[in-house]
Amino acid sequence: MTETGALGEQIHSQSLWHTLGIEQAWEFCKRKPLGAIGAFIMIVMVVLALLADFVTAIDPVTTNADKTLQAPNSVYWMGTDYLGRDIYSRIIFGTRISLTVGILATLFGGLSGLAIGLVSGYMLGWMDLVVQRFMDVFQALPRLVLALVMSAALGPSIQNVVIAIAVPLIPIIARVVRSSTLAVRELPFVEAARAAGMAEWRIALIHVLPNTLAPFIVLVTAQLGAAILVEASLSFLGLGVPEPHPSWGRMLSESAAEYAQQAPWLVIFPGLAISAAVFGTNLLGDALRDELDPRLKQ
Amino acid sequence: MVETAQKTKGRLLEVEGLKKHFPIKQGVLGRAVGNVYAVDGISFYINDGETLGMVGESGCGKSTAGKTILKLIEPTAGKIMMEGSDLAPMNKAAMRPFRREMQMIFQDPYSSLNPRMSIGNIVGEPLVIHGIAKGKEKVERTTKLLEKVGILPEKMDSFPHEFSGGQRQRISIARALALNPKLIICDEPVSALDVSIQAQVLNLMMDLQQDLGLTYLFIAHDLAVVEHISHRVAVMYLGKIVELTDKKTLFKNPLHPYTEALLSAVPIPNPSLKRGKRIILKGDVPSPINPPSGCHFHTRCPYVMDRCKTEVPPFKEVEPGHWASCHLR
Repeated sequence: MTETGALGEQIHSQSLWHTLGIEQAWEFCKRKPLGAIGAFIMIVMVVLALLADFVTAIDPVTTNADKTLQAPNSVYWMGTDYLGRDIYSRIIFGTRISLTVGILATLFGGLSGLAIGLVSGYMLGWMDLVVQRFMDVFQALPRLVLALVMSAALGPSIQNVVIAIAVPLIPIIARVVRSSTLAVRELPFVEAARAAGMAEWRIALIHVLPNTLAPFIVLVTAQLGAAILVEASLSFLGLGVPEPHPSWGRMLSESAAEYAQQAPWLVIFPGLAISAAVFGTNLLGDALRDELDPRLKQ
Repeated sequence: MVETAQKTKGRLLEVEGLKKHFPIKQGVLGRAVGNVYAVDGISFYINDGETLGMVGESGCGKSTAGKTILKLIEPTAGKIMMEGSDLAPMNKAAMRPFRREMQMIFQDPYSSLNPRMSIGNIVGEPLVIHGIAKGKEKVERTTKLLEKVGILPEKMDSFPHEFSGGQRQRISIARALALNPKLIICDEPVSALDVSIQAQVLNLMMDLQQDLGLTYLFIAHDLAVVEHISHRVAVMYLGKIVELTDKKTLFKNPLHPYTEALLSAVPIPNPSLKRGKRIILKGDVPSPINPPSGCHFHTRCPYVMDRCKTEVPPFKEVEPGHWASCHLR
């Protein structure tokens, strides 16, 4: 039997568990328990966000003047805020907003930064010079200030919040990707690809890009947490996701100053939700980086 | 092997007056304030099926010469005649068919293989680039290539970090062979390996040369290695070839004082053997940014004359097949 024939048989004999990916998932849990926890947190959040209508009984935006600032009880699991809205429902629906804004903004900012950093670091020359000066200008402003200016100029809507959070992210990502591109493009295997007659854009995509991903993934996942926090800050200043959409950040900020002492559940639960999201993304990001690096895999 | 090389007298590669000067740029505007004369007018030829060793100290321009011949670095001047066509003025597109004819093996087996690609893909990549084979056919040809260099084809899906330095270098060789090239430029392919592994890789390269009729330009700084593998040897000093002849003549009858000094520095394994006069060169290699006037070697030459300081010695054929550039000859 030929080499390929033996391989083909091996593939056919793999079990149903394997094809469904459950075997691999279990392997991953054993290899990276912390990463598995991170993945679990994120999966739970995504599921809750998708099924928000089914897991909550009380409408998150309906106010109730009779039941303001209630402590957690059997009806209002996490208590109510100063307008009598159910904190539990608002947290669950807030997951939807915060994750959407966070993931979209990081994805948009991260991918733009990746593309800009790769092109700038690989092509060098005047292109690099011009692009990097633009990045300088963006980085000269504190990130929150830039986000503030942008969302104020664009007006409050979810879409604009995503843009306002994503754009300040671009220079941060682009810088890191550019620096690792600069290191990778000088390595002999890039020269070997060139000697074999590979087109430059293919070298950049096939040889350089995969070797710049490790710092990128860590940075992006860290920034996902940061994006959720920026969204919270923008909401606090009235420039984030507009009312009545529930957002963790605004829940935290609108109650923090006045009610934190008399009704601590108003800040504890949104705070926990934000922490869990940041924690989950960071754990998942670290594990993901290791998984994508064949050198660190057994 | 020497005989077969001599019989097929066809010249595969002929390099004429090849120069590579790197401008030194300074300031915001990138004004050139000087040049690094890395390769400063070298001429040689390599016959079909032959190995030309190229030796010299580090920084003498031998690696730059190799990369310039492959056009990984654009030459400043000179001709690179590959089977009658001049590669020097060619652009990327025009170079493409010639890329199949000439390949390179690098010094560092750890960074010359992409750590994120399986070795099967690394070895098969040139086939994909040139649209020769893909899918099942690529796997078949990669299997053959790996067998040829003594790597188990079952390891095709493994990644470079799972192999030792010697194995990686053999994977590099397999990759270089993928396109059935005629010329392979070896840039110190064994200097990063253990001595025992060096012999293994060198012997593999020699076997492959015999089986496939390969031609090597073998760059090295180790004279023992060069003596083992080469048919002819070129000695480089500060961007120039100072002596070029067949291996035997060079080791027996060196005509250039620099070659003499290099040979006297080769360690002799048997301590009871009396060694010849040891020539110790004074000082360091001068900077290629500001090379000495006249003969580049005059600052360190034990036989220096007044003439050497002003007049550049021509690179002339002193005896048939033996070139040297020295006023003494």
